[in-house]
Amino acid sequence: MSSKPVLHYVNARGKMECIRWLLAAAGVEFEEKFIETSEDLEKLRKDGKLMFEQVPMVEIDGMTLVQTRAILNYIATKYDLSGKDMKERALIDMYTEGIIDLGDMIMQLVLCPPDEKQAKISLIKDRTKNRYLPAFEKVLKSHGQDYLVGNRLSRVDIHLLELLLYVEEIDSSLLAPFPLLQALKSRLSSLPNVKKFLQPGSQRKPPTDEKTIEKARKVFKFK
Amino acid sequence: MSGKPVLHYFNARGRMECIRWLLAAAGVEFEEKIIERPEDLEKLKKDGKLMFEQVPMVEIDGMTLVQTRAILNYIATKYDLSGKDMKERALIDMYAEGIADLNEMIVQLVITPPDQKEAKISLIKDRTKNRYLPAFEKVLKSHGQDYLVGNRLSRVDIHLLELLLYVEEIDSSLLAPFPLVKALKSRLSSLPNVKKFLQPGSQRKPPTDEKALEEARKVFKF
Repeated sequence: MSSKPVLHYVNARGKMECIRWLLAAAGVEFEEKFIETSEDLEKLRKDGKLMFEQVPMVEIDGMTLVQTRAILNYIATKYDLSGKDMKERALIDMYTEGIIDLGDMIMQLVLCPPDEKQAKISLIKDRTKNRYLPAFEKVLKSHGQDYLVGNRLSRVDIHLLELLLYVEEIDSSLLAPFPLLQALKSRLSSLPNVKKFLQPGSQRKPPTDEKTIEKARKVFKFK
Repeated sequence: MSGKPVLHYFNARGRMECIRWLLAAAGVEFEEKIIERPEDLEKLKKDGKLMFEQVPMVEIDGMTLVQTRAILNYIATKYDLSGKDMKERALIDMYAEGIADLNEMIVQLVITPPDQKEAKISLIKDRTKNRYLPAFEKVLKSHGQDYLVGNRLSRVDIHLLELLLYVEEIDSSLLAPFPLVKALKSRLSSLPNVKKFLQPGSQRKPPTDEKALEEARKVFKF
C-alpha cells in the first residue's frame, strides 16, 4: 500500500488539476489511477469509495476523501499553506473562492456547445479584466509583499498561478494591465517545486482536447 | 460600531441563509443590513466593500468578508464547530460540500424558468433519495453517535439540518426511508439555539415566493 497520496480521476485537468498543483507545490509526490471507462467508475462506486458517487477522490493518510475543497483544505493544512491564524485563513479562503469562481467558468468552456462558446469567452474575458485580476492586483498593491497573504507562500498563490496560466491560454494580453500579478506569476514560477511541475514530463495535464472530452463523456455518461 | 457581525444581503435566503443558521446555532447575535434597491448594492461596490462585487458580505471582527465558504469557515473555526483536528475537519468538509451541492440545486430552483422546473425538481428528488440522504444515513449508522462527526456538534450537523428542512419543503416523504437522519433532525431541532431560530420572529428567512422574486428581477435586472 502506497504511503503517497493516490489520485483517482480521468486523465484530464477537470476538477483534479488544482489538487495536483497544490501537492506539487508542497513538494509531495503522488500517484494517479486513471479512470478510463465507465466500468472503472462503477467499480469505485460499488466498492463504496465515492461518498457521493463522484470523483475527484484522493486516498491520503488512511482516508478516502472526495469533494475538491475538502481535499484541498486537508492538503493545505497538512503542509502549512493555510496561513498562520484564523484571520489569514479568512483572507486566503476569500481569495481562493474568487479564483474558483473564475476557474469554474473556464473549466465549463470545454463542455460548452460551439454556438454558445463565443459569448462565454467574452464573459470570461470581461470578468477577468474587470473583476478578478483588478481585485488581486489591488491586494498586492495594498501590502507590497511578495505573496498574497501573510508575506509567505500559501495555497492561494498557487491557485492564482494556475488560474493565470489558464487566462493566458485564452488570451495572453489579459495580464498586460496588471504588473504586480505578472511579477507574482514570475516569482512563483521560479520556485523549485513549481518550476519542476511546469516542465514537460510532470503530472501537469495539458489543455483538454476533443478526444479527452469524448472519453470523459463516456465515463461519466453526460451529453 | 457594532461588535456584532453585520450581514449584508437581500431580504431572502439565497446564499446568506447558511451563514444565518451557523451564527444562530453558535448563539451569536448578528445584525442585518438589507439591500433593497440597486443604489444600495452600488454604494457597497463603490465603497470598495465587495472584493468581487458580490454579496453575501459580512463585517466581522474588523474584516469585510465576501464568499460564502470563507465566511462560514471563519465562523466555524471561531466558535469551535470545525472538529478537533485535521482529520475530523476533512470529514466535516467532505460532508459539508456534499450538502452544499444538493443545496445549490435547490437554491437554483427559484430562478429556474417555469418550463424547466419539473425536470429540476425530479432531479433534486432523485439525488436526495438515491445519493445524498443514503450517504448521511450510512455515516450515522457507521458510528451510532448523536452527531455526524466526532461525537459532538459541528457545523455540518447544522448545514444538514438546514438542508433537511428544504428537502421537506419540496416533499416531506423524502425523509421517510432514513430513520437515523430523521432522529438527528429531531435532536438538533431541540438544541436551545436551534429551537429559538426555528421559531417565528427569528432572523430565519421564509421560502422565496414568486412575487418577491419578480420584484428582485426588476430591481436587480437578472
